[in-house]
Amino acid sequence: MNAHAQPDSSPLGRPLDRVDGPLKVTGQARYAGEFNEGGLLYGSVVSSTIARGRVLSIDGAAAEAVPGVQLVLTHLNRPRLAADDDSYEDMDSAEGSAIRPLFNDRVLYSGQPLALVVADNLEIARHAASLVTIEYAAEAHQTDLVAALDQAHAAPAELPEPRGDAEAALLGAALSIELEYALPIEHHNPMEPHASTVLYQDDGSLLIYDKTQGPQNSQQYVQHVFLLDKEKVRILAPFVGGAFGSGLRPQYQLPLAVMAALVLKRSVRVTLTRQQMFTFGYRPRMLQRLRLGCTANGTLQAITHDAFAQTSRFEDFTEHVVEWSGMLYHCDNVRLGYQMVPLDVFTPLDMRAPGATEGVFALECAMDELACAAAIDPLQLRLLNFADTNQNEGKPYSSKELRACYAQGAERFGWDRRSMEPRSMRDGHQLVGWGMATGVWEAMQNPASARAALAADGTLTVSSATTDIGTGTYTVMTQIAAAAMGLPVEQVEFKLGDSSLPTAPLQGGSFTVSSVGTAVQQACTALQGKLFEVAQRLPQSPFAGAVLEQVEFVDGQLRLRESPETALAIAEVLAASGPLEAQADAKPDEKRDKFATATHSAVFVEVKVDEALGSIQVSRVVSAIAAGRVVNPKMARNQILGGVVWGIGMALQEETQIDHNLGRYMNHSLAEYHIPVNADIHDIEVIFVEENDDVVNALGSKGVGEIGIVGVASAVANAIYHATGKRIRELPITLDKLL
Amino acid sequence: MNPFAYSKPAAVNEALRLAGPNARFIAGGTNLLDLMKENVTRPERLIDINGLPLRGIDATASGGLRIGALVSNADLAWDARIEQRYPLLAQAILAGASPQLRNMASTGGNLLQRTRCYYFYDAGVPCNKREPGSGCPAKDGLNRIHAILGASDDCVAVNPSDMCVALAALEAVVIVAGPQGERRIDFADFHRLPGDTPERDNVLADDELILAVELPAEGFAAHSRYLKIRDRASYAFALVSVAAALELDGGIIRAARLALGGVAHKPWRRQEAEEVLIGKPASDETFALAADLLLEGARPLAHNGFKIELARRAVVRALGDAAHSIQHQGGRP
Repeated sequence: MNAHAQPDSSPLGRPLDRVDGPLKVTGQARYAGEFNEGGLLYGSVVSSTIARGRVLSIDGAAAEAVPGVQLVLTHLNRPRLAADDDSYEDMDSAEGSAIRPLFNDRVLYSGQPLALVVADNLEIARHAASLVTIEYAAEAHQTDLVAALDQAHAAPAELPEPRGDAEAALLGAALSIELEYALPIEHHNPMEPHASTVLYQDDGSLLIYDKTQGPQNSQQYVQHVFLLDKEKVRILAPFVGGAFGSGLRPQYQLPLAVMAALVLKRSVRVTLTRQQMFTFGYRPRMLQRLRLGCTANGTLQAITHDAFAQTSRFEDFTEHVVEWSGMLYHCDNVRLGYQMVPLDVFTPLDMRAPGATEGVFALECAMDELACAAAIDPLQLRLLNFADTNQNEGKPYSSKELRACYAQGAERFGWDRRSMEPRSMRDGHQLVGWGMATGVWEAMQNPASARAALAADGTLTVSSATTDIGTGTYTVMTQIAAAAMGLPVEQVEFKLGDSSLPTAPLQGGSFTVSSVGTAVQQACTALQGKLFEVAQRLPQSPFAGAVLEQVEFVDGQLRLRESPETALAIAEVLAASGPLEAQADAKPDEKRDKFATATHSAVFVEVKVDEALGSIQVSRVVSAIAAGRVVNPKMARNQILGGVVWGIGMALQEETQIDHNLGRYMNHSLAEYHIPVNADIHDIEVIFVEENDDVVNALGSKGVGEIGIVGVASAVANAIYHATGKRIRELPITLDKLL
Repeated sequence: MNPFAYSKPAAVNEALRLAGPNARFIAGGTNLLDLMKENVTRPERLIDINGLPLRGIDATASGGLRIGALVSNADLAWDARIEQRYPLLAQAILAGASPQLRNMASTGGNLLQRTRCYYFYDAGVPCNKREPGSGCPAKDGLNRIHAILGASDDCVAVNPSDMCVALAALEAVVIVAGPQGERRIDFADFHRLPGDTPERDNVLADDELILAVELPAEGFAAHSRYLKIRDRASYAFALVSVAAALELDGGIIRAARLALGGVAHKPWRRQEAEEVLIGKPASDETFALAADLLLEGARPLAHNGFKIELARRAVVRALGDAAHSIQHQGGRP
């Protein structure tokens, strides 16, 4: 049993429906681009068509002549902006100088915003924007990672020091393999396009609905970039229609809308088009070189893993790509390397399990290749090299039920019936293949604050400046607060998406439950203390001689643990005290320091490949997850399903294609940028293995936002090899690569 | 999208009077509105033809069917006469787009779908089809989805329609009205190759309107197959598609039709490829002969060479499936 086992009545661990579900399905949930007010103006962005150079002139006369156009905003008539790099930094900044929209005449990438046309309605704005003509002095550009590999430099990242002697160990290994894997650019493409609605208030302050994964991040950015007082800017993000990392940094529609609002002293909205959704952060194109060495019986002797990732010329974007190769398996000789290749492109950005999605893909494909070379079952090879400690950090894991993931996943999948030989299973025209992979992600916690307030009627409102990007934050925080306070969930409301609420970290990295959930729990605990103080002072209080530790909060009551009949309704206490509130500022517990913390998964995949035509179907997936306590199995399963679907898309379909002659993305629509459709997705089974962890945080919960995608693409690629005997080391594995 | 004038005539004559170089007819709008939003097409006037009486599917004197230009793709695919007598056409339609799009898209509009070439769709880059004379970046750029047959120096785009591939194989006839009255255009002559005027997809004049598509009596219902190979299981354009139809007599081929989609500026047929099948047994060896003839003259670009071998294999598979009366929903392999 979990150390924090709750009474049966606890909402924790229950598959509660989304508390915001009715608002969403009835269209009442409003997103950043859906807040209207009288006199709202609409902006349409004019984007560069060259990848590098200078703007010589922008002719907005034709646009300005269109009735209803209020402003053509360019670098020449923009309002005053901060001129130092620090002001443009945000909570997810990359190393370097962040781009400054409409700051000057420099063109740094194709698709860069160069003008904003503001008009009375969107149709006029878009038409007028198409009439703006820009004269450029184009300069030679480079957007091809492979062509520019010789310009790579070391990434500004702290990698684990090399351990042992990987070169010598490789030379001495009975078996060694050397492989290169290539991953393309991918874009987040949430369904909801990025949008900001800036409501210009009578006092000149700005109330902004923004698509963001951190309202306080956007708040600070606007405050600093526009040299405003803090109280002049408030950001709201009550609903976010998917983000996947794309909202971790303020995107350019935000400063553009603010510029127009400040110039016109009017309310302005800017919503990006789908094409423009391809003009900011993305998962970078990457080459990875791995060498693995093992003994004849499969014991790993050496690992080297070098990644070469593209970045922009103005920022070095880093993520944890290669670290996983130093921790996922036991190996005493490891060397990791990470290089950046600057190109005339925008800076990459964190995207669903950033770094792990790419790095673990390469490692887990390489492990499959090693298993084949050593003639060992791929699952056996992983068990043989199981790591009980994280050798990167020299620490034991706070919990690691990966063996249970392997065992339960394999059993559900029927892995023991797998044939070793490739091309040995068949179904009519189709070759059948089974592949597997391990997944891993960090279980992080960041400082976060929350406020808990009991109204006189006994309803509990808990709040924190986090967001709900579709992950279920509203629901899960409601459950955590209800459990902590001993109230039914119907009596609890969670508020988020407002920069004026208690501080929360960006919503990302799978650390929201761990960080904000802990703050919610602690705020409720603090509130319990206040309730108890009042209860003790009531006339003839049954708790007069008790201390808080003897009291539990269950079913809307305070009661003594040892004699539950000694109880007082929270409502009675509130009747005496009036509304009560408490705030908690939570931070990771020191006991985490001695441990490594991570979530793990084992993914098993069946593919069917048409032998003649190469078309690939992922017919079956089993994903077994170890992520500590699952607060809401329905939301958690939803996260894993989404991750698995994305992993299938990554393996088979996703690729932002760039024309290097033009330096421009060309498949910038959802018709041509392929992600899976329903017909691509078949059976997916999700298993949460039991994992007890009283180190990671008081909830024992590690977060499930990222782990679902990690490893999936490698399991698919490995299954395709098993089906066809072909190793495709370049994603996506489109059918032409199998012909 | 540019401002435009809008009218909705109630009669064909009236629609024809309104037609002209800067006007576009609009029916379902599933392609035209996209093109307008992307500033690829900027008509001054839209003539909404949804008020015209072109929604019937009627028997013809020669035993075929006349399909009104405004019959939706969905209604056509699910029409019992089409399902039973022309399953090749029903399969092809259901292999394209999505249910929502098929509910809106019209028969006439499907014939006028424009290419999905990335460069055509992006008003920020050159394209000879969109801006004649501006150049063709696809030729030396991202051309994995482009033509292997019938392309020119000026344009390597392909026709994206599935329905048209089946109509080509069935030898449909396009009925068109213009200022001089009606004319009938054999399906093979309707779409054109790009040559040095890639801005023209077909032989329709600016002042002509499609009234109907006529199917001949022979529908090859017993032995036909539409096979579509694409990058995902639905909602993707064909890399290669095959409309295959056979008439068999005791395992011997008596008549054959074969058309390829996704490989050229128009559905690709070749008489020699069909003739070689006549009188031969329905076998993979025979089918391979037809495939080789159909693909004769295929020329790969840097990234689409795979289409030649893929098309060859797809032809063999589709003919084999047709011979064995194997059909799959949505044209799937």
